[in-house]
Amino acid sequence: MRKRLIPVLLIDAGRRLVKTVRFGERTYVGDPFNVIRLFNEKEVDEICVLDIDAGPKSSKPDFGFMRELASECFMPLAYGGGIRTMADCEELNRLGVEKFVLGHAAFEPGFVKVVSDALGSQAVVVCIDVVGTGPTARCITHSGRKTHDLHPLAHALAMQAAGAGEIVLQSVDRDGLRKGMDLGLIDDVAHKLVVPLVALGGAGDLSHLAMALRSGASAVASGSAFSFIGRLRAVLITYPSRSEVDDALAALKTVSP
Amino acid sequence: MITVVDYGVGNIGALLNMLDYVGIDARASSDEHTIARAEKLILPGVGAFDKAMSALVDSGLLAPLNRAVLEDRVPVLGVCLGMQLLGRCSEEGSLAGLGWIDAEVRRIRVPEGSGLKVPHIGWSTVSVRRETHWLRSGAVVPRFYFVHSFHMVCDSPDDVIGEVDYGDSLCCAVQRGHIAGVQFHPEKSHRYGMHLLSAWAQDSNRRRPA
Repeated sequence: MRKRLIPVLLIDAGRRLVKTVRFGERTYVGDPFNVIRLFNEKEVDEICVLDIDAGPKSSKPDFGFMRELASECFMPLAYGGGIRTMADCEELNRLGVEKFVLGHAAFEPGFVKVVSDALGSQAVVVCIDVVGTGPTARCITHSGRKTHDLHPLAHALAMQAAGAGEIVLQSVDRDGLRKGMDLGLIDDVAHKLVVPLVALGGAGDLSHLAMALRSGASAVASGSAFSFIGRLRAVLITYPSRSEVDDALAALKTVSP
Repeated sequence: MITVVDYGVGNIGALLNMLDYVGIDARASSDEHTIARAEKLILPGVGAFDKAMSALVDSGLLAPLNRAVLEDRVPVLGVCLGMQLLGRCSEEGSLAGLGWIDAEVRRIRVPEGSGLKVPHIGWSTVSVRRETHWLRSGAVVPRFYFVHSFHMVCDSPDDVIGEVDYGDSLCCAVQRGHIAGVQFHPEKSHRYGMHLLSAWAQDSNRRRPA
């Protein structure tokens, strides 16, 4: 089985596709529908849509927008942002979203278990935002404003036990920098989990993604590696073919066995 | 017209989205009369086996489903957990399944040291064991999105039409007469899924003689 490569689309309160650097500075990328169509054509493995304003603004998920988006999305679709209740998950599920990305809500005692029991563990993706690295790495929430005295591995194991079907490990420090992913942390966490680990944050090209897969990630997610702004502000989409991914993984093996 | 059985378990929105996109009339229904009189049925399902079976029982749809499928021979396609429900029972729970296919459902066991994770999540190619009008190996290798921790084991190899390699060869598509099921998610599998659903919907127009 080929490991999954997952484009991440960040959506703001104005239903615009944006990019961030270290969860801060935003750049407007383009129209999300146009980008979804391009990803459909590329037959991407999966799409992850994150509303980065719904959580901080304490608003509900934009159900109307997601309904429209899901109706054009013929691949697995994960959504995160502003999910706080079981009813939010059920409503999204009716629209055609089958994975719910929980960040802050995963810290609510019992919430992961409730969703997992009701909709199945495959529907629950816990996204762990991380600052720092190695043993001093810490979980953060609220778009990076609240730090928890908790190592991401401990949180990941607790979430797995509570019923999460997948763990997204996101490095906030590397967000948008395109310099590579936190391979040490990925290695450390992925091998201690039974459920798949999805690495996110820092990738700029295929080699970065391949290195994360080699470090133990079951899947890699990225905004920057798959879409960027070209000349004349056109959105460019890039998504590797299966053979390109195989070649990138093979190249790593020959460089450092 | 396809009737997607709405018993509160399953990603019905995504199925309807894709059926609509490929131009197939479909509706979701939880009404026993609608289901008993359906032309074709899709049985979706995600989550745990017992929870889904008790939801079917509680919704009062078991009898109309049995009547439609066993007496009137309405073509039915189980999807994901909906396929597993076609069997007799599951290692995941204690309730009886629909029993329309002679099969039981077992947990995926991956070889130690294989690095394979359970659930099996991702895209895998399907090896076609028996060609049907809706699942065939051709110029395009059929690949589909999977997410499951359990898999069906059929008593008779004749019922198995497709298998997926995940540590072992696992049955992932079945057909016995007008009763069919797929473990993967065609509604989330791009053109491969569109093709499968279109082909199944078109040919299963004809009810087979009893």
